[in-house]
Amino acid sequence: MQLRSLAICAIVFFTAGLAVASFAGFREFIPGLLEGALVTIQITIGGCVLAVVMALLAAMAKMYGPAPLRWLAVAYIEVFRGTSALVQLFWLFFVLPHFGILLEPLTVAIAALGLNVGAYGAEVVRGAVNAVPRGQWEASVALNMPRTLALRRIILPQAFIAMIPPWGNLFIELLKATALVSLITISDLAFKAQQMNQTTFRTIEIFTIVLVMYLAISILITVGMRWLESIAARGIARGRSQ
Amino acid sequence: MFWDWGYTLEIMPTLLRASLITLQATVLGFLLAASLGLVLAILRMSQSRWVSLPTGAFVEFVRSTPVLIQIFFIFFVFPEFGIVLPAMVAGVIALGLHYGAYCSEVYRAGLENIPKGQWEASVALNLSPYVTFRDIIIPQAIPPVVPALGNYLVALFKETPLLSAIAVLELMQTAKILGSQSFRYVEPITIVGLFFLVFSLIAAALIRQVEAWLNRSLRNPGGAR
Repeated sequence: MQLRSLAICAIVFFTAGLAVASFAGFREFIPGLLEGALVTIQITIGGCVLAVVMALLAAMAKMYGPAPLRWLAVAYIEVFRGTSALVQLFWLFFVLPHFGILLEPLTVAIAALGLNVGAYGAEVVRGAVNAVPRGQWEASVALNMPRTLALRRIILPQAFIAMIPPWGNLFIELLKATALVSLITISDLAFKAQQMNQTTFRTIEIFTIVLVMYLAISILITVGMRWLESIAARGIARGRSQ
Repeated sequence: MFWDWGYTLEIMPTLLRASLITLQATVLGFLLAASLGLVLAILRMSQSRWVSLPTGAFVEFVRSTPVLIQIFFIFFVFPEFGIVLPAMVAGVIALGLHYGAYCSEVYRAGLENIPKGQWEASVALNLSPYVTFRDIIIPQAIPPVVPALGNYLVALFKETPLLSAIAVLELMQTAKILGSQSFRYVEPITIVGLFFLVFSLIAAALIRQVEAWLNRSLRNPGGAR
């Protein structure tokens, strides 16, 4: 029910944005902004994938790794949570070339945002794994399962369901953080908006369309995560009833 | 030579001065966020749908769009109405607005946790809504949510480098200017990163202290007797 109303909201917002945009006589903005939106979506998807991978690795290392790996994971989590995303982005963009590592701006953007959100995600993963009842571990031991197998087949699938809503929030945070990449010369939605603003000075229209576009993408993420949650929860309910 | 200590010492005073601007923006922005958040939370809980629905939509809108665009919006749009704001003021307003929306959710959690009986008792005692809020509800609702507000203070602090995008001479902008003057970005940007790391860790430790202290005094109202 709520899923449907959210989806309707997303469509209404998006069409309203497009309608406002096309009927008010600034059709010329839309193609450029959509191009920018595509780059924003690309970076968001790339960043999300990297964030999930990093979060799983860091959380596993922090919880079950040997001491040096554990320290590395703790250092990673604290550094990336403790400093600003923009500072991280600039550090990767300006400082890495000094060490002879030249990366494409797009790679830097995905790496910085993925690493940043991954550090927050690691705590989400840790919380979700800790929330799985202890009996599940004990049952795995009783069934003579090796720890890694128990983790992979018993614990993580259950933790996965608890992780979905907080990951939805983090993905939206990541989407919002992609606006920062406009400051390292990537022509995403925010960059296009700035550029058009400087040439046409139609500030209110341009930034309103851009805000609505970001809103539409973030509602899409929310709807997608709700859908994923409903699928995952269905599996659990079936498992219990049998 | 990756790290030049002489250059580090040379730029340190400039960066320290800039860090004062960063802290100033943080404090002002958070004061705005904390007060605006409370107003938004109360409006959102209003009986009238005509007040609560638009407030809710506004909060959701602000929360799900990037703060950088909001900074640009305020910085570039206000002059069209004839209000020219200095970059620093526009930036503080944007940060305060964005985190005000987040804080309003925190306050709402605090307000909704107040037992219904407290409201009913206030009505029974014929207290006006204003007095009810000021003397009954707020004093009970705020202390439990202080740690959550503290987390947003740290988050806001970490967003202040965004003000560099509208040329506020805070830490990040100063570091970039230093870097472009000397072509050495390693030292300024690393120092900025360390500055944020140190302050965030100190702030996190302080929040944990406050949380522990609040837990003690909330479980034992009126002190240890």
